Amino acid sequence: MTDTIEGYNFAYLDEQTKRMIRRAILKAVAIPGFQVPFGSREMPLPYGWGTGGIQVTAGVIGQDDILKVIDQGADDTTNAVSIRRFFSRTTGVKTTERTTEATLIQTRHRIPERALADGQIIIYQVPIPEPLRWLEPSEIETRKMHALQEYGLMHVKLYEDIARFGRIATSYNYPVLVNDRYLMAPSPIPKFDNPKMDNMPALQLFGAGREKRIYAIPPYTKVKSLDFDDHPFEVQRWDGCCGLCGATGSYLDEVILDDQGERMFVCSDTDYCEDRHAEGHVGPLGQAAE
Amino acid sequence: MNLGIDTTTPPLLSVNDIGVDYGHHVGCTDVSFDLWPGEVLGIVGESGSGKTTLLNCLSAQLAPTRGTITYETRIEGARDIFTMSESERRMLMRTDWGLVRQNPRDGLRLGVSAGANIGERLMSVGARHYGDIRNEAAAWLEKVEIDVQRIDDIPSTFSGGMQQRLQIARNLVTEPRLIFMDEPTGGLDVSVQARLLDLLRGLVTRLGLSAIVVTHDLAVARLLAHRLMVMKDGKVIEQGLTDQVLDDPQHAYTQLLVSSILQP
Repeated sequence: MTDTIEGYNFAYLDEQTKRMIRRAILKAVAIPGFQVPFGSREMPLPYGWGTGGIQVTAGVIGQDDILKVIDQGADDTTNAVSIRRFFSRTTGVKTTERTTEATLIQTRHRIPERALADGQIIIYQVPIPEPLRWLEPSEIETRKMHALQEYGLMHVKLYEDIARFGRIATSYNYPVLVNDRYLMAPSPIPKFDNPKMDNMPALQLFGAGREKRIYAIPPYTKVKSLDFDDHPFEVQRWDGCCGLCGATGSYLDEVILDDQGERMFVCSDTDYCEDRHAEGHVGPLGQAAE
Repeated sequence: MNLGIDTTTPPLLSVNDIGVDYGHHVGCTDVSFDLWPGEVLGIVGESGSGKTTLLNCLSAQLAPTRGTITYETRIEGARDIFTMSESERRMLMRTDWGLVRQNPRDGLRLGVSAGANIGERLMSVGARHYGDIRNEAAAWLEKVEIDVQRIDDIPSTFSGGMQQRLQIARNLVTEPRLIFMDEPTGGLDVSVQARLLDLLRGLVTRLGLSAIVVTHDLAVARLLAHRLMVMKDGKVIEQGLTDQVLDDPQHAYTQLLVSSILQP
């Protein structure tokens, strides 16, 4: 165990708060996709940077856990680095960048490319937990719509997409129906990742700090992306492959290289890209591993 | 006058002694009537006479303090609308009923296109085929005399009359049997009013709709309503066939109301 900072409880939050969060999580797991209110605390992080995610992580983390934190798929961006360091200093647990090693993965905006396994837990940072929010401003009304399963309005949004753009143009935070019951916002992950949520062996937890909601998808639960019969759900595709590792089946980020419009596409999941690279895969712009 | 109304069938809506109190103040009281399929009932009266309170109550938006309202549902026969579960009541409101508001901006979704506005009810009862929904929306735009080219325009770019017609199409798309209208022509200029009334009258006859129309405009009542109820201070002071009430008013207030109309 590494050195932890003095004067703080394990995982920063006090035990009563963790207990409250765990109770909310238990309820959320029992009702897949249902948003459970919880007493969100002030965290040493601004709202919108993952206060919900780190409270859920603090609630479930134990001394034997191995933590991985990603932001837009990358392990080395500011948000990921600071949250990882926060937990390593307040708990002393081992951290990792490898998806397969981690027992706990906190994520913003992506699901790792490598399929998650039994026993792993993935925790999403959620800005707006209510999928109906931009369609129906009243919280009373949206709760009633969830209670009575009145989800026609979500299709109005998809209809509007097709009417304006000729296809369903929603590309992230794509609404899903969990366990044939609750409509759920999958947090702003690209719709590319939606199929991974369906029947996932890992437990999926969602925390929204500012909105004070926790929700969950238990392992092996049906998650269906909404669509129309004549406009079925589909994920993004790219013409090229990853410039560094040559992967064609992963989610690619576009990187502008110069002022002449040169660009390259690279895997957004850095761990996946490095793994492939180490296995000897090389893309058109990459150099072979030494 | 043969109204084509079959009074041997059970009434569609049966209202029994309802009353609404706002604290000590009486919103409306002692209202009873039956509405048969295909019948249009007009409710007239001055501002503050309890018309809108009554309409809100009839359309299940406001629970009455006293009395019962029963509706002849398609499947289960007569049901008290206030003892139904909320989900049944909301289902009824978006399938078998329609509610046309005075201000179309209250009844429309202004952020989404005309097509989506019409399609909303279809999607809420489970339509999941984009092409079908769109065809249905286009057909209804035609029925309410809106250019089909405008199906993808948002309603805030429409004129007041068009918005009102769009609101009507949006309500009629699930083929309801009963529609509630609160001052459907309020705020429109007279030529637009005339066309809207013409359209409404055509739709009501063609589809065999029942309707309850609240208005303070006696001309609207005369054109649309088969039967008329005159309200004052929360009470119904006179009711009967429209022509009878308007041509031979019995109650002093009705006489005042009828004689207040300017004759051009």
